Amino acid sequence: MTTTTTEWETVIGLEVHCELRTATKMFCGCRNSFGEEPNTNVCPVCLGLPGSLPVLNRTAVEYAMRIGTALHCRVQPSLFHRKNYFYPDMPKDYQISQYDIPINADGWLDLPNGRRVGIVRAHMEEDTGKTTHVGGGGRIHDAAHSLVDYNRAGVPLVEIVSAPDLRSAEDARAYVDELRSILVATGASDGKMEEGSLRVDANVSVRPAGSPEFGTRCEIKNMNSLRSLGRAIEYEAARQIALITEGGTVSQETRHWDEAAGRTGSMRSKEEAYDYRYFPEPDLVPVEPSEEWIRSVQDSLPRLPADRRAALAGASGMTADSDAVITVVRLGLDDLVEAVVAAGGSAAAAAVAVRRVANEVASDPEAAAGLDRTAFARLVAMEAGGELTAAQARTVLKAMMDGGGDPDRIAADLGFEAMDASALEKVVDEVVAAHPAEWERFAAGEDKLTGFFIGHIKSATDGKADLKAASALLRSRR
Amino acid sequence: MNHMPRRITTDDVAHVARLARLRLSDVELEEFTGQLAAVLDHARDVEALDTEGVPPTAHPLPLVNVLRDDVVVPSLDRDEVLRQAPSVEADRFRVPRILGEAP
Amino acid sequence: MNVPTNAAAIAASVRAGELKAADVLEQYLARIERHEEQVHAFNLVLTLEARASAAAVDEVVAAGGDPGPLAGVPVALKDNLCTRGIPTTCSSRILERWRPPYDATVVRRLAAAGAVVVGKTNMDEFAMGSSTENSAFGPTRNPHDLDRVPGGSSGGSSAAVAAGFAPLALGSDTGGSIRQPAALCGVVGAKPTYGLVSRYGLIAFASSLDQIGPLALDVRDAALLLDAIAGPDSRDSTCLAEHPPAAAARLDGGVEGLRVGVVRELAGAEGMSADVVARMRDAADALAAAGAKVDEVSVPAAVYGLSAYYLIAPAEASSNLARYDGVRYGARSRTGTDGAGDITEMYLDTRSEGFGAEVKRRIMLGTYALSAGYYDAYYGQAQRVRTLILRDFAAAYRNFDVLLSPTAPGTAFGMGAKTADPLTMYLNDVCTIPSNLAGHPAISVPFGTGADGLPVGVQVLAPALGETLMFQVAAALEAAAPATPVPAMRAGGQEGASR
Ligand SMILES: [Mg+2]
Ligand SMILES: [Zn+2]
Repeated sequence: MTTTTTEWETVIGLEVHCELRTATKMFCGCRNSFGEEPNTNVCPVCLGLPGSLPVLNRTAVEYAMRIGTALHCRVQPSLFHRKNYFYPDMPKDYQISQYDIPINADGWLDLPNGRRVGIVRAHMEEDTGKTTHVGGGGRIHDAAHSLVDYNRAGVPLVEIVSAPDLRSAEDARAYVDELRSILVATGASDGKMEEGSLRVDANVSVRPAGSPEFGTRCEIKNMNSLRSLGRAIEYEAARQIALITEGGTVSQETRHWDEAAGRTGSMRSKEEAYDYRYFPEPDLVPVEPSEEWIRSVQDSLPRLPADRRAALAGASGMTADSDAVITVVRLGLDDLVEAVVAAGGSAAAAAVAVRRVANEVASDPEAAAGLDRTAFARLVAMEAGGELTAAQARTVLKAMMDGGGDPDRIAADLGFEAMDASALEKVVDEVVAAHPAEWERFAAGEDKLTGFFIGHIKSATDGKADLKAASALLRSRR
Repeated sequence: MNHMPRRITTDDVAHVARLARLRLSDVELEEFTGQLAAVLDHARDVEALDTEGVPPTAHPLPLVNVLRDDVVVPSLDRDEVLRQAPSVEADRFRVPRILGEAP
Repeated sequence: MNVPTNAAAIAASVRAGELKAADVLEQYLARIERHEEQVHAFNLVLTLEARASAAAVDEVVAAGGDPGPLAGVPVALKDNLCTRGIPTTCSSRILERWRPPYDATVVRRLAAAGAVVVGKTNMDEFAMGSSTENSAFGPTRNPHDLDRVPGGSSGGSSAAVAAGFAPLALGSDTGGSIRQPAALCGVVGAKPTYGLVSRYGLIAFASSLDQIGPLALDVRDAALLLDAIAGPDSRDSTCLAEHPPAAAARLDGGVEGLRVGVVRELAGAEGMSADVVARMRDAADALAAAGAKVDEVSVPAAVYGLSAYYLIAPAEASSNLARYDGVRYGARSRTGTDGAGDITEMYLDTRSEGFGAEVKRRIMLGTYALSAGYYDAYYGQAQRVRTLILRDFAAAYRNFDVLLSPTAPGTAFGMGAKTADPLTMYLNDVCTIPSNLAGHPAISVPFGTGADGLPVGVQVLAPALGETLMFQVAAALEAAAPATPVPAMRAGGQEGASR
């Protein structure tokens, strides 16, 4: 693998199906909600009963436009087509989807690392029902029969198709992660991969590094986490490279990722040739968003992750692609840092805030929600101002997240009152006097002994000492 | 602009029957091939027509943006729905073995 | 007690309390009782349901209320209109036992207008045919001559009206399925502007062409029924939002000064019988005598209508009929019921056993027209022809208010006469198809008879939303028309009631 990756380049394009957070389905008034009793959210329309007709959900269109706008797409007049094929999870045996004229086209998305990924299209289509396979351990091919639940049939989807601009599994994961944050930010999606609200298919091909042509691609399906996405891409790339280096050729096909086996396998029963016979859906009329509508969507769009990362970076002096900054934005906790800045906090204070949020607050989202913004700003000010040590600040923050309350009082109750400079000097003198031999060596420039003295100062003050100040004192003494 | 498709063959008809999920006997296959060919021959005048620059009309109406509000309306009673199904198990529609994954 | 034969009079007397809906119904049920066995107009007669709704109408009147413009009028419904809890089959095995969980919008409107639904009428399977011989439940016969077809696909509805089983009936018209059977049965049948009547609950054949419309004994009744069912419906995206033109607004307006164009391409279309063309000329002369300016007009693209139609309609049908797969409702083959076979085999057997030959033929034709490599040559090209037809009609309507043509190439033909060769059967629709492709309204009015003494229909065509004018001209035509023969079973209706 390591040897081949130097000779081979992996080319990846992703198709992400995103369920929209509408109250009702795309073409009927049935509830759009996950995990309900089977076949309870169904009506003549989403069951495809004879004589029923679809009527498009305005909010679904609005959400699709938000997504397109957030992805810098051209929002344009669009048309629905029928994609014809027989499958039991599809009540009409055709899917209403957008074909050659999607509502969103030609956009882009920037990864945190600055790489720009092209968005070919982001079109509307309806979801299918859910099939359960009975017998054979639930695997489709060994199953005795299958059962269908149509609650999900007709749920509105936006399919986002990237250009083949991704070059590694990490790229792909970063893309999906960034896309998910954008989708959540627009309010169009809950971004829950585990509930299938976000489903990713990958088109993977390999080519000799530097070659201008693309290799034959395979479409990989059934990856239901970022982790399996990465694994599947790495496996598939390796498979194709091995195939080619052994003189074989890659055949264009759809392959199924088997999480347990950690491999991709060919999916179709061979003789099945697909011919979708697309034609304009005669039961629907074109969707042509007016200029006003498009503008109102642009204006109503919230700040997106990239801008927010840039803002945090600017305020804290950290880099926009540092893990801490990315984490704060992904969890949508920027406002905690903003509270610190609003309270007049310095760049250093903002940096402290970013670290505290990324390291402590992030681990407990519920508590984070309840955390009082001004109280948090005050805590950060105390740490940045040396009134609390890092260790003490962590303890106080924990207490605030558990029970809430005012950081000054909590610090006081814990006996974390700041130690004034003279008191600290006194302790330092005592510790130095108590260890003459070590002091000799430290004074002679053996810096690694700093830790030794700091450790003693720490225990002598049972953790109340500002250790930065202490080590400064030590150096001034020698 | 429109190349004239060659005359429809029994192979075409067999392929189409497969796409449409219809099982045809050899007799039906022959019969349908002849009948479809006759209709398609009659349609030659349309194929031959020069429609350069003529836009297609998919729909007689000039309507656009017919949209509904995102408001929940009651769904059907599940028993009434399942009562119509040929086969039901665990409140779901039961179907025979599925060999291929969804495309 | 003497029940009038037309709906307008029945409704008036019932609303006025002079006539009981229950008595009206019994007279029609008696006639059905007597003659339905020979005609087979119905797949299902709803005796009990009809008695219940007639009683409900009478209660409203008794309570001093108004049941509506169709108060107590018996109406027959084509069996492709969904009726909640009542079998709706499209005359197909595949839907034989299906009971819809909902009512079509037109069914709700009929109820709101005080109409009494007497039954579900026979049709060509999934409305594919021109003779009602393609029904899985046996053909319907023409009340004027039981050895002849009633036309189709709404042959059950046209036969029901002609036989006096109901004064009104609803049909659906995709390529002439209301107008052609109306012509062959000597009744009035109209296809409204596309989008005037909601399609919600009409089982689709070809979605961009299908329209529901009225069949009746006279033009006034047809207008009355259309006005009761037309109008916006939030359940159908292709239904017009504007207030519809009133069909019955100017029935007595005459034709003084109106410009009527006789469509050269349709009058001279292939397979037109001489006496049908002669009756149309008579009709043109009658309109001229009544003060209309009559002239010939050319609609060149009309000659391509038939070919375009037989690519577009089957293409849409092949997709609309995919859902009959034995999974959610309707029939399923034994394959898959007894555990044997996989789902593809179940699809193949269910659909092959469930569909008749004509339906299979059109599904095949449409699938082929849409399939890779042929889309542009067939479906795409047919859609361009549709544009040409719209342009040519637009040009014609710059010089004419309405157009005139025969409805069908001939009078009612013998049972089995055209079943051998699909193409000859398709030629029945040559004059009616252009209006469907254009989405324009058209109406067939009885006008005299052929050499065989059987009814002939003349078609009045109008531009989109031209219903008011179209019915005005149709009424004038009707007034000038020689008497249409009345089938014995309808004439014998009165004593049938007082039995
Ligand atoms: Mg898709
Ligand atoms: Zn629904």
